[in-house]
Amino acid sequence: MTTTAKTMYEKLWQNHLVEDLADETPLLFVDRHLIHEVTSPQAFANLRFHNRPVRHPERTIATMDHNISTRSIKIDAAGEGAANQLRALEKNCKDFGIELFGMGHKNQGIAHVMGPELGLTLPGTIIVCGDSHTATHGAFGSLAFGIGTSEVEHVFATQTLRQNKAKTMKIEVKGQVGKGISAKDIILAIIGKTGSAGATGYVVEYCGEAIEALSMEERMTVCNMSIEFGAKAGLVAPDQTTFDYVQGKEYAPKGDVFEQAVNDWQQLKSDENAVFDAVLTLEAKDIKAQVTWGTTPGQVTSIDSKVPSPSDFSDPVEQESCKQALEYMDLTAGTKITDISVNKVFIGSCTNSRIEDLRAAANVVQSYTDKGQSVQSSVDAIIVPGSYRVKAQAESEGLDKIFSDAGFEWRLPGCSMCLGMNDDVLTAGDRCASTSNRNFEGRQGRGSRTHLVSPEMAAAAAITGHFVDLNT
Amino acid sequence: MEKFTTHSGLVAPLDIANVDTDQIIPKQFLQKTERIGFGKHLFHDSRYLDHSGNEPNPDFILNKAAYQGASILLARENFGCGSSREHAPWALEEYGFKVIIAPSFADIFYGNCINIGLLPIKLREAEIEQLFQLAPDAQLNLEVDLPNSKVSFTNDAGKQVEFNFSLSKFQQYSLENGIDSVGWTLGKLDKIKAFEAKMPVWQ
Repeated sequence: MTTTAKTMYEKLWQNHLVEDLADETPLLFVDRHLIHEVTSPQAFANLRFHNRPVRHPERTIATMDHNISTRSIKIDAAGEGAANQLRALEKNCKDFGIELFGMGHKNQGIAHVMGPELGLTLPGTIIVCGDSHTATHGAFGSLAFGIGTSEVEHVFATQTLRQNKAKTMKIEVKGQVGKGISAKDIILAIIGKTGSAGATGYVVEYCGEAIEALSMEERMTVCNMSIEFGAKAGLVAPDQTTFDYVQGKEYAPKGDVFEQAVNDWQQLKSDENAVFDAVLTLEAKDIKAQVTWGTTPGQVTSIDSKVPSPSDFSDPVEQESCKQALEYMDLTAGTKITDISVNKVFIGSCTNSRIEDLRAAANVVQSYTDKGQSVQSSVDAIIVPGSYRVKAQAESEGLDKIFSDAGFEWRLPGCSMCLGMNDDVLTAGDRCASTSNRNFEGRQGRGSRTHLVSPEMAAAAAITGHFVDLNT
Repeated sequence: MEKFTTHSGLVAPLDIANVDTDQIIPKQFLQKTERIGFGKHLFHDSRYLDHSGNEPNPDFILNKAAYQGASILLARENFGCGSSREHAPWALEEYGFKVIIAPSFADIFYGNCINIGLLPIKLREAEIEQLFQLAPDAQLNLEVDLPNSKVSFTNDAGKQVEFNFSLSKFQQYSLENGIDSVGWTLGKLDKIKAFEAKMPVWQ
């Protein structure tokens, strides 16, 4: 009998397999379900219609994040539609026995910021949420992915999901990144290489020296954007960095149980001879600071380069996409990236709103403040921490003051301008340096133009009014 | 969920790659707690010239006279990428689409379509190209036969052309029988309980 070497994904899959019949899509157990106000109401309505309970209310945690105001903790502050959804979530959680971190609760935050910081996100688990950036939690070595509302209902009622097995892709980032290169630059460089659908049908495992060197928050930034090149999920093997982060968190296992958990988690990493369906290798030293120029995250380039021309692409579909993107973005091929001016800056979102992101941005701001510079008068810049815990931590370190003194607006936590479901919306023609994850047409407001960047780059753009190569 | 077996309908060609779910249904229309009312906002930003949706954009494909009543959407690669919002397939379905044909779909969108009974069909690039060539000039009507996994039409020479597609076995069964997937899984409660009984305590 031979034992087959397994990837981490295959181990996670096996560990959660409830039933695998030839004629049915495999059934997997779901350990943790995060919900929010936008993608859950119709699922609750169907439970009521069928008179079905939530099978494990204790495995579901609710937060308010997508729709909420970043100026007020009042439930009515973001309009009637938002308030209706937020109130529906309150009622649904009460009726079905689900814990909710509502407006102003100390644990409230963007689902993918809140879960990890509370220890709700654990290695070796399956985590789902009606939100595509659930991939964030893969940073812990948990299989985490976004689901639709029908699946939210399925998880409520059964604590399971049906999933076809994905293919596996290994993305190795060799060596060390240069000074000032962030996790956001790493993931944007990866997407630039694969294209916006390069990992469709795959679960991606990020590995290599440059990934291992990342903090947990940086790993979250990388995994967060897995969906932006089509991956079902992104994974990083849990290691001492992971265990140290999880230990002592409010909802994490304690004492002997934690020790037992770490033992199990240490078995998760891909076996040495495990075979992946696809492999992509990058040299960390080649990665430069990244800025998107188009309307998909794959339309990205380095800070020291120029806006491409359709003729730079060989594939006719890519040529056409480039042409359409330049038109929408109102950019001319050949323009230096550092010559692109912005009038809006957004630092926030589940990609880049954690304490390390805010510290990195504050450092850049401070370096300009020291020279007497502040936010350009032509620029509106907002900082939206990812959770109330992040906000409190940032304020205890005085980061809010660094930002406010330099002319940034310090807001309350939420998804905010990443998708603009509340009133944090751009208007047509606005050009925004954004630390979020999507530069789709109209994503931040109809007719608005989004450039995805790191928190450092966004901070510098707010002050100089254009993109800057901070490393030269 | 309604059963899906065969469908015959007019094709509307949307010749854009990487159409994301924000384009299919923008965020300002996601504030409903019901499952209805999304169809009129489908492709809002491209379909209407104004923010309130009163002035149809005459250049947008779904506003052209030739494509009124279309029930099959022909699309390019990576259709439905981005947000997991099931509101996107809800909007397509409510507008009147029964079938979406593309060379590739984003994973979450694909699954969401199956779960609501909207049929996503993957065809080869060359077949997609052939359909795009035909759709703008002629009123292209397609016959979709799910049990036999084929799409067919009559070409200019009067000849019947067939393209084959495939779905996973259970997805095909689910669509053809319109099963209640939650009810189906609740029939497996013994299996779920057995799994739960042997889980490690930390999990």
